[in-house]
Formats: sequence, structure tokens, C-alpha cells
Amino acid sequence: MAAFWESLRLALDGLKANRLRSALTMLGIVIGVTAVIALVSFGQGVQDFISAQFESLGSNLLFVFSSAPSGGRLGDIKLLTMSDAEALTNPLLASSILRAAPQFDVFSLVVSGRNEKTISVSGVTPAYQHVRGWEAQFGRFIDETDILTSARVAVLGTTVVRSLFSDGTDPVGQTIRINTLPFRVIGVMAQQPSSGFADENEVVFVPITTAQTRLGRARQRDGSYQVSFITVQAVSEAGMENAASEIASILADRHDVEYRDEQDFTVLSQSELLSVVGSITGLLTVFLGVIAGISLLVGGIGIMNIMLVTVTERTREIGLRKAVGARHRDILLQFLIESVVLTVVGGLIGIGLGFLASVAGSALIPDLSLRVTGGSVALATTVSTVIGLFFGIYPASRAASLNPIDALRYE
Amino acid sequence: MLFRRNGRQKQNVAHLQEDSGPQVVIDVQGVAKTYQMGEIEVNALRGISLQIHRGEFVAIMGPSGSGKSTLMNILGALDQPTSGKYFLDGVDISQAGDHDLAVIRNQKIGFVFQSFNLLKRTTALRQVELPLIYASKAGNRHERARAALESVGLSDRLHHMPNELSGGQQQRVAIARALVTEPAIILADEPTGNLDSKSGTEVLRIFQQLNRERGITTIFVTHDAFIARHTDRVIMLRDGKIVADKRVESPLMAGEVERPSEMAELEEIFRQTYDAPRAEFT
Repeated sequence: MAAFWESLRLALDGLKANRLRSALTMLGIVIGVTAVIALVSFGQGVQDFISAQFESLGSNLLFVFSSAPSGGRLGDIKLLTMSDAEALTNPLLASSILRAAPQFDVFSLVVSGRNEKTISVSGVTPAYQHVRGWEAQFGRFIDETDILTSARVAVLGTTVVRSLFSDGTDPVGQTIRINTLPFRVIGVMAQQPSSGFADENEVVFVPITTAQTRLGRARQRDGSYQVSFITVQAVSEAGMENAASEIASILADRHDVEYRDEQDFTVLSQSELLSVVGSITGLLTVFLGVIAGISLLVGGIGIMNIMLVTVTERTREIGLRKAVGARHRDILLQFLIESVVLTVVGGLIGIGLGFLASVAGSALIPDLSLRVTGGSVALATTVSTVIGLFFGIYPASRAASLNPIDALRYE
Repeated sequence: MLFRRNGRQKQNVAHLQEDSGPQVVIDVQGVAKTYQMGEIEVNALRGISLQIHRGEFVAIMGPSGSGKSTLMNILGALDQPTSGKYFLDGVDISQAGDHDLAVIRNQKIGFVFQSFNLLKRTTALRQVELPLIYASKAGNRHERARAALESVGLSDRLHHMPNELSGGQQQRVAIARALVTEPAIILADEPTGNLDSKSGTEVLRIFQQLNRERGITTIFVTHDAFIARHTDRVIMLRDGKIVADKRVESPLMAGEVERPSEMAELEEIFRQTYDAPRAEFT
């Protein structure tokens, strides 16, 4: 143990003798570890944020959309229709379902005066605002009459209001054009917390019947009208599973599906959706981590390079140490500790900087709460120690294997 | 485990038989060293036998290529002979491994080099402590280093860096470093070669003083006949063999005599060594 402390002292002396070089070498590890800590916490922040977004959609939700059965083609299946959505709210068949909100999205050009915007216009029913728990702040939302009459009325999100009515006029009562058709603005939605990713406030709502008949071609051969997807609200959280099986049996019946693997639709619960999205954002975190890991590797190679230079430069010193009785392991330990000290100190500085970076990131993007987890700190410390050992062992063993006679004669 | 015990026993028997003079510290028996340089074999040493007793002050001389550096490396346990035996302090080390050689160098041998070989940015005290760091028993390292520096007259320079010391002072630090482990021998390779004559004389005086007053066995490797005349005994090497091994009749005291002109010096040393060839061996 005494030998270890002595080696540590020698290593620190060696590093102090070349302050600038030690600092620059360390910089590679510092940057690598900072990148690992900051990017991993960023990735996790995004993951947390997206999860939070999905949770804020509303409660006890199930999403139903058309999907081809395995081996089938999307073109051959019966798409979800308005009557499917109505059937889901039949209290006799679906006792666990509170509401079903069909939605039909059409990508359209929205124009007001000189301002224009290309946006996905959503055809919805009055049920939408209850399912999402999101209401109009000014004016009113779409009502049953608008649906029955396929009225040319629109409700705007706040972002759309800002870009279409940039002069500050009250949008309610104004006329805008969607795909050249005139629509009267009847309301403005309440502001949703801004995200920085998908802007929840960048929406235009119209009656679903209007979207199906006037903006898009939703009419099927059998006369029913297609919908993009249906959001279903279960009566309670406990009723979620029942609701899902009720949806499956009602739709299987309506779509003549005999076997489960012929199902031409998919029912996803909020938690399932969350896990799908989570696996994507998890991949993002891993990807960022790998990129940061590569910079750590480059830093490690820098350590090896400098240690090799140091060994060459100190050949005479190594020769002298051997002449006065240093054994192979004494020299090995001295240089190994030198490189491990470089990487560990670099790693600790990197953890500090990474922490500061994520604090700064949280301050810049308030919605993104970036936190440094114990896991990433442990990982960074372990990895930088291992890098020090791995990239230090070759230079150190080269130093330890020097022949003292040649080393003493080295110029 | 470390040394060959039978070597020590044999040596003790030899001592009992001789039972004359001081103890033998270095006993080299038929040592040869062959280097393989590509296709060619170079015979650096061709069968050297010599004995050095405790308290002797010996100069090993010879022109370049005579094998004196090779001999010094073997005597200093930095290298091993191809054949022959080398007993250091009664222990055969001619077959020891790298690890054992390191321990032997640490405990038995003190080196002084021509170019001092001090560590950069390290105080004199730390320089002298260095061999003790690698010693198994580390007790009162500071005190021993301080005492060693005192014995070379540097007690007021303990915390000076090498670049704050003169050449002579630096070499004295190196001598203190060689002394601090109380080795069996001190091996000095051209210790005055990098010094001006005044500093050289000063260093020489310290070596003589340590040898006379403390009985430290000292071996100089030099090609400088004037330096050799300050020692008790001169061993001349040529082409890997000992060509002369003779006592110096009246060793000079450091500073006593001015360095003579080169010509006169050469004549003197050749008269002493070659006029009575192999006197010691008969």
C-alpha cells in the first residue's frame, strides 16, 4: 500500500512537471465525459418531456386506427368510418366506453389576407374537446349544428392566430380561406403549454363533416365516410381493458373479421403508445450516448499518444530509476497511475461541466427538465477509469520494459 | 529465493582458507560477455577474473572498445555475463532475474554517472530519497537522506532544485544518492568528466574522503589517467581482457597536484603499468 501511495505521489509529480501538456491531454477526456453527461441527460429530458406530453393528452384514452393485418395490404382493408365511431358509443355494446371522438386530418393551405400557412387541418366532432379536456378560450368550439350542416367554420390554435393575424386583429368573426374555400373563424383554443417540438397550438379545427366533404375525399364506395383515427375515452382507468376488448369485438363484427390475426385495425392504449414513443426516444438517448462515447474514445487515444511521448522523453529518468532499484512493477505502476489520474480527474471535471451544461439547458428550454442521473455519473467515472487503464497500459509497460543500460545512454 | 545461498557458503569457505586481509566484496570469475549484433558476434569481455576487497578504491581504465563499460554494467548488476560467475558481497548474481537484479542494485550498489542523472524539478532531498522509495524498508527516509547530503557537504542545499546548483554540487547530490542505501560498492562512471577542474577536484576529494574515512568501496570507470592516479589500484582493460592490475604506488590527494600535461601523464601511467607487466598475477 505504501508503494501505491509513493507511486501516486510520483505520478502527480510527473503530471505537475508538465502542467500544460497534462491539462491539454485531460481536455480530451473532459470534453468526452461532458458530452456523455450532457447528451444523455438531454436525451432523457426529451424522453421525459414526450412522455409528459402524451400523459397530458387526456385521461383513460385509447387510440384506434386502421392497420393492415400481417401479410395483408393497406389498400385491401375496410378503413375506419364515421359509423364505426358511432357504433363505439352504443351503450348496449360498449358499456366501458364514455366517448369516441373521430378525427379526419387534411393537409391544407390556410390563408388570411396576405398571411398563409400550410398545416394539417383537423376535422373533429364536439366530443373532441371533452376527450382532450381542451376548450375554446374565445368564441366557441364546433357544435352539433356545425356537424349536421357541414358548416364552413374554423377554430384556431394560438400559434396559428399569431401567424395569420399578425396585425393583432381579433380573429373571431373573421374569414379565412382553407384550400380557397372561405371559412368563418368562430373560436380560438386555450393556449397549451408550449413544447418546442410538436407545437400543440399549431392547429386548425373544422367540423369533421366539412373536412370529409369539402376539404378531402373521405367518402367510401359504400357511402360511409372515412376517418383518420378515433380517440376513445373509457369510463374509468379500471375500465380501460374492457373498453379495448369492446372496441375489438365491435369493430371485428362490423369489419367481418373472423380471426384475431385478420384484424384490420389497431387499438393502442395511452401506456402502449407511450412505450412505443419511449422506445424511439430511448434509441435517441443511446444514439447520443454513442456519439459522446466516440469522443471519449478519441480522448483516450490522445492519452495514449501523450503517454508514449512522455515515456520516450523520460527514458533517462526511467533508466536512472531502474539503476537505483526500481522494479518492473514500480515503473509500470507509476506510469499507469499517471494516465489513470489524467482520465479520472478529467472525468470528474467533465461530470461537473456536464452537470452545468444540463442546468444551462434546463434554463434555456424551460419545458425540458434535464437531470444528471447517478447512472450516467457512474458510467462516466467507470468508463474514464477504464480508458485510463486501457490506453495507459501499453505506454506504461513499454516504460517498464526498457533496458536500464540503453535507457541511461539515451540522448 | 532471492540469492544463491551455496554461493555464500563457498565464499565463506574460501575466506577461511585465505584468512588474510579484508573481506572480498567483488569476486569475478572468468566472466565473458558476447553480444550478438546481427550476424556478427562481438566479444566484449573475454574471460575476466578479478577480486576487489572491502574498502578498496579502484580505477578501471581502458580505451574505448576495451570493454570497460560492459564490465561496469556487469559489476553494477545492470547486465549479466554470458558465462562465468560474479559474486557480489558473497552472493552469486550472475544468473539472477530482472526483479532480483533490481533489488540488488537497490541494496548493494550506488551509481554515480558522468552526467549526474538527477531528476528535473526535484529537490536535493527528494533526489537522495529516491533509492529509499524503492527499498523494502523505508524507515526514516528523510533523516537518512539528510545525513547523506550532510556527508557530501550539502546540508545547506536540501531544498534546492538541480538548476539552482553548480555542476559540482549536482554531482555531490548524486554521490549522496549513491551513499544513502549504504551499498556494498559505489560505481562511478567518469564522475568528473562533465566538470571543470576545480569542481572535479572537489568531487574527487569527496570520494577519497568517503573511502578513507568511512571505508566505502569505490570503483571508478575512467579513461583519465590523472583521475586514476588518485585511486589505490588501477585495472587496465584492452580488447575485453585485463592487461594490467597494479597498485598505485603513492596515490595523489585531490588538489595536491596540478593536472600535468597530457604527454607527461601518459608516460607516467604507462611506466607504472607496462614496465612491470602482470606483477600482481604471479
